[in-house]
Amino acid sequence: MAEKITITINHKEYKVDSGQTIMQAADTLGFHIPRLCYHPKLSIEGACRVCIVEVEGMRNFVASCAYPVSDGMKIYTNTQQLRKARRDIIELILDNHPLDCHTCERDGNCELQRLAASMGIRARHFEGEKKHYEEDLSSDAVIRNPDKCILCGRCVRMCSEVQQVHNLTQAHRGFNTVVMPAYNLPMADSVCTTCGQCINVCPTAAFLEKNYTQELFQKLNDPDLVKVVQFAPSVRAAIGEAFGLAPGRNMEGELVAALRKLGFDYVFDTQFAADLTIMEEGSEFLERLQNKGKLPMITSCSSAWMKCVEQFYPDLLDNISTCKSPMSMQGALTKSYFAKKIGVDPKKILSVSVMCCTAKKYEASRPELMVDGMRGVDIVVTTREAAWMIKSAGIDFVNIAPEEPDHPLGMSSGAGAIFGATGGVMEAAIRTAYELYTGETLVDIEVESIRGLKGIKEGKLEIDGKEIRVAVAHGLGNSNKLLEKVRQDPDRYHFVEIMGCPGGCVGGGGQPYAQINTIPLDDEALKKRAGALYDLDRSKTIRRSHENPDIQKLYKEFLQSPLSPVSHKYLHTHYQAKKPIGIVPKKESNSGV
Amino acid sequence: MTTTDDKLKTLDAFMAQACENEYAESYLIAVLHKTQELYGYLPTEVMDRIAERMQIPTAHIWGVATFYHYFNLKPIGKHIVSVCLGTACYVKGADKILNALKKELGVEVGETTEDKLFTLQGARCLGACGIAPVIMIDDKIYGELDSKKTVDLINQYRKAAANNSKVTAK
Repeated sequence: MAEKITITINHKEYKVDSGQTIMQAADTLGFHIPRLCYHPKLSIEGACRVCIVEVEGMRNFVASCAYPVSDGMKIYTNTQQLRKARRDIIELILDNHPLDCHTCERDGNCELQRLAASMGIRARHFEGEKKHYEEDLSSDAVIRNPDKCILCGRCVRMCSEVQQVHNLTQAHRGFNTVVMPAYNLPMADSVCTTCGQCINVCPTAAFLEKNYTQELFQKLNDPDLVKVVQFAPSVRAAIGEAFGLAPGRNMEGELVAALRKLGFDYVFDTQFAADLTIMEEGSEFLERLQNKGKLPMITSCSSAWMKCVEQFYPDLLDNISTCKSPMSMQGALTKSYFAKKIGVDPKKILSVSVMCCTAKKYEASRPELMVDGMRGVDIVVTTREAAWMIKSAGIDFVNIAPEEPDHPLGMSSGAGAIFGATGGVMEAAIRTAYELYTGETLVDIEVESIRGLKGIKEGKLEIDGKEIRVAVAHGLGNSNKLLEKVRQDPDRYHFVEIMGCPGGCVGGGGQPYAQINTIPLDDEALKKRAGALYDLDRSKTIRRSHENPDIQKLYKEFLQSPLSPVSHKYLHTHYQAKKPIGIVPKKESNSGV
Repeated sequence: MTTTDDKLKTLDAFMAQACENEYAESYLIAVLHKTQELYGYLPTEVMDRIAERMQIPTAHIWGVATFYHYFNLKPIGKHIVSVCLGTACYVKGADKILNALKKELGVEVGETTEDKLFTLQGARCLGACGIAPVIMIDDKIYGELDSKKTVDLINQYRKAAANNSKVTAK
C-alpha cells in the first residue's frame, strides 16, 4: 500500500497515494491536465510541455507528466498565466504545422486540433519558417508525412519500447529534426513491420495507412466485376467506435448490411477462414507432435509478425506454421473454390478485405501468397477506411437492420470469433486439436489462463496423457521476450501464439482513432473489444471449428482433408530471411541512444 | 595507406574492446569517432556492422550520427579546407576568401569537389587571429591570405596530388 499524502490542487486539499506523478494524481481527482507527448504505455518524454502546472515555491512551471507529488504540495492547474503559457506552446507547435485541417485525413480526429480548440486558439500570432519534406509513399501499408509531424516522439517510443522494432528515430536536430527510419530509408525498404501502431499513437497525420478507398469506390461501380468482401473478427468489435458508440459493441450484422449497401455482391466472414486455419494449423501441430517435427510450432496469422520473423528471427523460420493467415486463406478460396461454384472466371472477381490491420495491406502484396498467378486479396481496407466509406456513402450504420453473411464462406464457429483477441487462436486450436487427437470432446473449452492482457501468458493441458505446454504473446515487444525464452530453451513450449499488436487484432493498427475523451490503445477499450468477441463465442451453438458444417462441406467438395495437396496449394505458404536485418538490443536502456 | 580489410580489423578490435564493458552501448560515440578516423566519414555498411556487433538498432545509430555535426555522412575529399569565419578573420575579409574558394572549387560549404580532392568547410575561430585571415587545410594553418593567394594554395595541392607528392610551400 502506498503511503497517503496531502496535496492541494486549485486551493482544495486532497489525500492521494505517494509515488505518483502530478498528472496521475490529478487524473484520479477529476482534473484532466491537457497533454500531448504523454501516453501511459510509453516512457515519459516531457518534450511537449503542454501538461505544465504551477507548483507553489517552484520558479518555473513543471511538466506534470514527469513531476512526482509530495506531501504538502500546492498545485494549480488552470491559472491565467498557465492558460496563456499553454496556449503559446500550442500556438508555437501550430506555427510549424500545415494550415490544411479541412483537407487532412485526421480532420475531426486530431489531438492537436482538439488541443488548439480547448486552448481557445482563434488566431495565429506567430509566423515563422515552415519545414517542408517529401511524403514517403513507398510502403503498401504505412505512409509517412513529416510535414504533419510535431515531434512528440510517441511513434518513436511506440516502435522501440512497445513493439521493439526500433525502426524510427528522431534524426538531425533542432528545427531540422525529422522522424525517420535509419539512413532515411523509404519505409518499404526499412525494418518497419507495417504493424501501424505509429499511426495509432500519432496525434496528427504524420503516419497514415495507405488509403485505398477511392480505388475501391471506383471498382465497386464496375459492372463487370463480381465484388466479394470479407471482414476480420475484430472489425465488428471496434467499428462502432468510429460512429460514436461505446467500445465493445458487436456490429457484425450492421457491418454485413452496410457492406451490401456499399455494393458488394457477396459478403463473407474472415471468421470462416479462421475456422479453416484451425483445421490446418491444428493438424499441422499434431503432425509435428507425432512425427517429431520442429517444435514449438509458432502461429503465422499476424502479418506484422510474419515480416518481423523474417527480419529479426531467421533462425526460427522452421518453427513458423506454414498456414497462411485467415485473410489469405479466404482470398485463395474466393478465387478458386467459390469462383468455380458460381461459375465465374476468378479474374473477374474483386476480392476485398476489411481488416483491423495495416500490415494486411503488405501481406496481400506478398508474391508467395499468389494463387494461380493472382492475388488472393486485391484490396485491403482498414476498419477506419471502411467506416469512412460507410459514412461517405450516406449509410445509416448505427440504425441499419442487421443481416447475415453469405454462404459458403460466411458461416463461423465461436472459435473463429475469438481469433481477434490475444490467446484466441491458441484457445481455438486447443478446442479442435484435443478432439482430433483423442477423439473425445473437450468439455471445458474456455481456457482462462491464456485470456486477458498480460504480456506473456502460459498454459498447460493434457492430451492423451501427454503434457502440452503453450505460450501466448501480444505486441512485438512481448513476443521478443517470449522468443528469447524459446531460443534459450527450445523444449520449453510445444505451441506458441504470437500477435503483432497490443491486445491482438482488437488493438490492430487499422482500428478506429481514439474518440473524444479516450486515448489510443486504452486497456479498458481493448478489453471491451475482446469481450465483444468472447460474448459472440458464447452466444454460438457451434463453438469448435471442426463442427462448422460449411468447413466440413469445403473439405468434402474441394480440399479433401487437412494438409492434403490441395490444401497445401491454396492454404499454405513459406518464409524466407529478409533484409534489412532487425536488431533487438539485449538489454533495454535509455542511455542516450 | 591502410586497406579496407585493415580498417575493418582495426574497427572490429575497437568494438570488441568496447563490448567488454558493462554499458557497452554507451561506447557508441567512441566507435563512431573511430569509424570516422578510419574512413573519413560514416559509411552505411559500417554502421550496419556496428549495429550487428554492438546489438544497437540501426535507427539509434542513425539518430546519434545525424545529431552531431562532427560526423560526416558522405565521403569527404582527400583534403579538408576549413575557412575561419571568426570575428578577426571576418573583419580581414574571410567572406571574400570563402567566395573565392566556392568559385574555384565549384562547391558550397559542406560539399566535396567532383574529383574528391577537397571538402569545403566553414570554421569558427581557429586561434590564429594574429595572422588573419586564415584557412586550414587538413591540419596545416595558412595565414595572411587574400583571394589570389588562396587560389594559388589550392593549385599547389592540386599539383601535389597529380604528382603524388606533398605540399611543402608555406
